[in-house]
Amino acid sequence: MGRRDVLFWTLIGVGAFALGSGLLSSSRTNSAAHFDAKAYEAPDFVAVVRRVDASFRRDWTAGHISAAPQADDLLVARRLALGLIGTIPSLEEIRSFESLPPEGRMSWWIERILHDRRFTDNFAERFARAFVGTEDGPFVFYRRRRFVAWLAEQFAANRAYDAMVRDLIASEGLWTDKPAVNFLSVTVQADNKNQPDPVRLAGRTARAFLGLRLDCAQCHNHPYAEWKQSDFQGLAAFFGQTHLGFTGIYDGAGEYQVKERGSDEMREVAPRVPFAAELLPEDGSRRRRLAAWITDAKNPYFARAVVNRVWAILFGRPLVEPVDNLETEGPIPPILDLLADDFIAHGFDVRHLVRVIACTEVFRLDSAADHAVGETEEKAWAVFPLSRLRPDQVVGGIQQAASVAALNAESHIFFRLVRYGQRNDFVQRYGDTGEDEFDGRGGTIPQRLLMMNGDLLHEKIKDSPFNAGRQISWMAADDAQAVEAAYLTVLTRRPTPEESRYFVQFLAESKLSRAQCFEDMFWTLLNATEFSWNH
Amino acid sequence: MEPLNDNCHANRRQFLHRAGLCGAAWLTPLAHLLARAAEGEKRRKPAQSIVVLWLQGGPSQLETFDPHPNTDIAAGTGAIPTALKNVQFAAGLERTAEEMRSLALIRSMVSKEGDHERGVYTMKTGFRPDPTILHPSLGAVCCHELPEAGVDIPRHVSILPAQWPSRGGFLGDGYDAFKTGDPAQSVRDTLSRAPRERDEQRLKHLEVVESAFAHGRAGRIETTGHRETMERARKMMTSEQLKAFEVAREPLALRRAYGDTPFGRGCLAARRLVEVGVRCVEVTLDGWDTHVNNHALQRKLVDILDPALAGLLRDLRERDLLKRTLVVVAGEFGRTPKMNAVGGRDHWPNGFSVALAGGGIRGGSVVGETDPEGKDKPARPVTVGDLHATLLHAVGIDWNKIHRTPIGRTVRFSEGKPLADLLE
Repeated sequence: MGRRDVLFWTLIGVGAFALGSGLLSSSRTNSAAHFDAKAYEAPDFVAVVRRVDASFRRDWTAGHISAAPQADDLLVARRLALGLIGTIPSLEEIRSFESLPPEGRMSWWIERILHDRRFTDNFAERFARAFVGTEDGPFVFYRRRRFVAWLAEQFAANRAYDAMVRDLIASEGLWTDKPAVNFLSVTVQADNKNQPDPVRLAGRTARAFLGLRLDCAQCHNHPYAEWKQSDFQGLAAFFGQTHLGFTGIYDGAGEYQVKERGSDEMREVAPRVPFAAELLPEDGSRRRRLAAWITDAKNPYFARAVVNRVWAILFGRPLVEPVDNLETEGPIPPILDLLADDFIAHGFDVRHLVRVIACTEVFRLDSAADHAVGETEEKAWAVFPLSRLRPDQVVGGIQQAASVAALNAESHIFFRLVRYGQRNDFVQRYGDTGEDEFDGRGGTIPQRLLMMNGDLLHEKIKDSPFNAGRQISWMAADDAQAVEAAYLTVLTRRPTPEESRYFVQFLAESKLSRAQCFEDMFWTLLNATEFSWNH
Repeated sequence: MEPLNDNCHANRRQFLHRAGLCGAAWLTPLAHLLARAAEGEKRRKPAQSIVVLWLQGGPSQLETFDPHPNTDIAAGTGAIPTALKNVQFAAGLERTAEEMRSLALIRSMVSKEGDHERGVYTMKTGFRPDPTILHPSLGAVCCHELPEAGVDIPRHVSILPAQWPSRGGFLGDGYDAFKTGDPAQSVRDTLSRAPRERDEQRLKHLEVVESAFAHGRAGRIETTGHRETMERARKMMTSEQLKAFEVAREPLALRRAYGDTPFGRGCLAARRLVEVGVRCVEVTLDGWDTHVNNHALQRKLVDILDPALAGLLRDLRERDLLKRTLVVVAGEFGRTPKMNAVGGRDHWPNGFSVALAGGGIRGGSVVGETDPEGKDKPARPVTVGDLHATLLHAVGIDWNKIHRTPIGRTVRFSEGKPLADLLE
């Protein structure tokens, strides 16, 4: 036996041990235990879903639009996985899903992934992008990872969204100790005497929490809406007493000042909210008052903004575009108000909002139809939109497609670490989407090169006992079953009869080795449009 | 390229489609090369390509293009003469000093951003970071505005990219710089891992899967641009022009002249890329953030920069490429005139240097002057907006043009005015 063989078997041994100990040590939780169908049967839940459905149907009738048919359950399960846990379902999960009776399995799947650690991590990152963006921020005063971890804890505890936002706006303390204050300290800049920047905070606050681009009014009055420059300055003044010192972020004295236009003179600006002034409490620190005003159930924008964002995360496209600007030329769709009211009535419960959206008819429509569908249908949500997957979804999909078992928090730490490394490298090379994740930018050539010829894909499709290709090729009873398993693993669907015939014939007649055939089949499925798009 | 539709709701798919097409920017060789040859004969044509030598971390103006010898702020850094009588460089830039007649210096750059990430964004795009919009970098604007140059390889390239390479911003990810490493190695992911026959068979398999997905989605599937992008990627994989990245094809003496460093090879590759018609090449030299031990660390980088920059200018001139290539040497900001307690210099956006050369630029000119005591504001400060207007003007782009973003917002490509005394 050569040295390389010894090395190989040692590695296999170590790998098997790691896998074995992983399987033995972590007791697999029975996810079905989380499943409580009651939430889905409650009369008010059913009623709000029906109202949303009826509203869309009215639009379609009025516009003479015929909607796409219902999508296959597996396709809906894929969408849910991409939206909630940022990856595709595993073959193992698909099998459990299909073993359940059709009427209850979608709710089971929603609950299963809503209680998955990957859901909290994914939602934390999505919301972090809205709250603090993707920048590294000031090195000394800002800890993005602490901030994201804190958000993940909030989502894991299913903390009410309004309470979470009040923490973000009004917390005091050190960025390491009270992670919520990173929302404020990210704006600290050396050329601003290391103090938080009221201008950036006001802009961020309006966009992230209210879905209003008041920051455009920072320089000029708003083109469509009625916002004035003074509205923006009044909002910024709420952060005028926010300072940074040895104890971190604290509320102190001082007045927010702006430069008078056309001169160098400074003018004090008093805090003032741009609308619904009656909701602003009299007492408390400025930030506490602002936080109370923003999250007030009667503030017309707060709930709408988060509904629009969660809708975008699930559909790949917001109800109102762009996601952080509800005041565009068009009217606000009634659906947004319907869902926002329900969200408020249920105590700003994010998981409840997810459940409602996921149960609507439009979420379960196919992205294909026998009749011609185009822009009109897509605009009216009469067909499920096609949206490009984010890099983290693509890499999550590649990693998951290489394993028949779910790659979740229950996997062994060793594998999670390896995945984490692969992920960062891939996302960096694929090109991160940055802060605005829903603006529908097209794909790039480096992305296609990376998918066709890159290291990660090669690593994941090559013949190896750790990869799905080999496992499927060994375990499937016949070629038709193997092709089906490959399709389910990568594209979360069964092959069409033509596809099945084609690949079965390829497996039977190819001059390539069986391992090479599987490698080529996986390469093909991973490079298809279907894999890189939500549909 | 025609202007983007201004209907903010209806144009998403069109935008996607165009975002796909924008890279079609790379197709059909020949025609443009011919056009270009004809253009060369006329005088005062704007530059056709840009090479940005990006000095990330913030190079010290005092240790590069703006020395103040024998003053307190020099802290011992000496100066050397250049080809121009009244202009001195810091010691270490001997070879570049010989090229001063080709160079134009701005010694009074002022920016409002003293943080690396924000500073890089500002200098590369010409705008301060704005959370409601992502501005395109200079190279992306050039690729968008100038005619398709007929190249199969990317028109916007970033060699040795550091943390924030140039991006397409609101013009779309299709305008992002193509990132590649040390040209000593081949470009990553451009070779198929399967032999040719098998590779072609894979594409046949793909047809089967694609046509199944297209069923019931006809028309809409084109808006994804997926197939188109893939075809262009495949075209690039087999293009002869990929050889432009292979600096090993150059004579040894020339390679030595650029310096045997990744950055030197990057500059040489930049020349080869410009030669085949690439619009913008960014070559990064990272590590200028010298908060500690400033002099030694800056000198180490100056020693890498000097042969590479001088080599590039000479090489471009000897090949008659300099007049159609704009060379920009810049970082995100400069460094404090006052040394800190640990022999370092900190971030300084209030008067730093940028060097320009080539097409459209009047060589041998100097704009602005910094205070020898490091206290007062520089004389004749130049804003980042003015710099970008100047650069756009040099490549023949209307610097004042109003562009409409995909969501219907109007933005200018630059918010300054060209500096007439730097332009030919």
